[in-house]
Amino acid sequence: MREWFRHRYVSLVVLAVVIALLPLVFPSSYYYRVAALVWVSALAAIGLNILMGKAGQVSLGHAGFFGIGAYAVAIGPTHFGVPSFASLLIGAVLSAVLAYLVGRPILRLKGHYLAIATLGLGVLVALAITTESRWTGGPDGMPVAKLVIFGWRASGSDTWYWITAGMLLVGTWLALNLDDTPTGRAFRALHDSEIAARVAGVNVNRFKLQAFVIAAVYASLAGSALALMNGFVNPDQAGFLHSVEMVTMVVLGGLGSVIGSIVGAAVLIMLPQALTIFQEYEHLLLGFIIIVSMIFMRDGIVPMLAKWMGRRA
Amino acid sequence: MAEFFQFLVSGLTVGAVYALVALGFTLIYNASDVVNFAQGEFVMLGGMVTVFAHAAGVPLPLAALLAIAVAVVVGIGLYWLAIAPARGASAVSLIIITIGASIFLRGVAQVVFDKQFHKLPSFSGDTPVQMMGAAVQPQSFWVIGGAAVVVLLLYVFLERTLVGKAVLATSANKLAAKLVGINTATIMALAFGGSAAIGGIAGVLITPITLTSYDVGTLLALKGFAAAMLGGMGNPLGALAGGLLLGLLEAFGAGYVSSTYKDAFAFIVILAVLFVAPQGLFGRRAVERV
Repeated sequence: MREWFRHRYVSLVVLAVVIALLPLVFPSSYYYRVAALVWVSALAAIGLNILMGKAGQVSLGHAGFFGIGAYAVAIGPTHFGVPSFASLLIGAVLSAVLAYLVGRPILRLKGHYLAIATLGLGVLVALAITTESRWTGGPDGMPVAKLVIFGWRASGSDTWYWITAGMLLVGTWLALNLDDTPTGRAFRALHDSEIAARVAGVNVNRFKLQAFVIAAVYASLAGSALALMNGFVNPDQAGFLHSVEMVTMVVLGGLGSVIGSIVGAAVLIMLPQALTIFQEYEHLLLGFIIIVSMIFMRDGIVPMLAKWMGRRA
Repeated sequence: MAEFFQFLVSGLTVGAVYALVALGFTLIYNASDVVNFAQGEFVMLGGMVTVFAHAAGVPLPLAALLAIAVAVVVGIGLYWLAIAPARGASAVSLIIITIGASIFLRGVAQVVFDKQFHKLPSFSGDTPVQMMGAAVQPQSFWVIGGAAVVVLLLYVFLERTLVGKAVLATSANKLAAKLVGINTATIMALAFGGSAAIGGIAGVLITPITLTSYDVGTLLALKGFAAAMLGGMGNPLGALAGGLLLGLLEAFGAGYVSSTYKDAFAFIVILAVLFVAPQGLFGRRAVERV
């Protein structure tokens, strides 16, 4: 059973099947929207998991890159007349460049110092977005033009369900492939012990930077997708709490587990939807659930299930 | 000159609060290696409980004491209910637990109190004191003085009492402390209670100036964490210096450069400092064992 889980493409096929079959059980278009939200968040979480789970570096400011992606597709078409799709790519490039430039000095730091530095980076991006209201609409956010590809306008929850699912599948496939490349092995080495990796000849700084840039691009693309899907952006998407939410998805699902990130995203996106019936108590319950799941599922949901099934099989 | 002095006082006032939050971070971090992101919620509780108890007719000093007591109970509860059961979890998991606790406490405050902003009356009136041409709010003296007293008491407690020394021993080496018969779990609970008390006091002192609401904790925790890092994590003097420095930076940055980017200065400076001195300003270089 465990071996079965380990096989790279099995999880990809399972994911594709789930994505294809889910709409059959959706009672209304609202569910398309929630599922699309899950796919988008999962994409960002997978990217962050490459950094946290595989390369062993924490980032508490990842929503900053998410925000750059989101605002790129908002600002590009509105202020510069750049088509949405080109803006999405520009956003990704911007995120990569920022991650590359800032990552060099930041990633020398360790533990809590790395946490505060990435946190600072995220807060600065969010502040810039909130403050430069001439470009971004300030705290109120701004509308985003619909995505148009070759004259075809992407709108409607079901359309976005398939677009985001496609992005997630590609993202998952790339992340799963990474494991068996020299880069993936280098990440694992530096996750286990940075010094040992260095001794073994791994260029530690280069690979950390690479993981950071990859994670930033994933987050940026996810941010763009969400903004285009919603037709609206606001600074919360770049805020500290969103960064925390992403980290929680990764850790809750399981550090290092690609499928875990999808499960983590699904749990954290669906919980508040389910909790809205409690409205008043939403935050109280969310906080409580986070605490309890971190205490009792320390390895994350997917690794815990895998271990449990491995023991039974 | 008057302008400069005005910025100086407001910087020191806010800085004193950051310093108290940072001190709370440090105390918990030293005793238990946990970075407690719920630290800002203690400040929120300090302010909110005082406001509501005062509104219910409790005299201000009693209301303040009650608020600090509530914060302490919450702090110790946080340790026993959320941190102690997670023994052996990774640093990231622990951070997420404390963030979960902060969301939880905010949720509780939202239900028990409300979502409005609240103000406390100043402790000794609102007539500004003229100093060096600047108008200083009397409450500023309360904040700065109060912070100084807290720091002094904490110092005396840690250096002069047996329990304080046990805290220091625990933070220096948990295993060795256990071996000489110190109940480290109690000490850690004590550190959480102490941090909560410090945060609660900060909340009581600052609320007449900055107002309070159920969600003021997040930004305060970020600033306090930043101040602690700026000074060097785990160093109480560093936390103090980091907090004051951060407050001054914000005040002067807002006054002379740009008030809209007030909150950015803190983080720009922290990034800059970490680039140059990765262990913070007063941090020791840790030796990494393989």
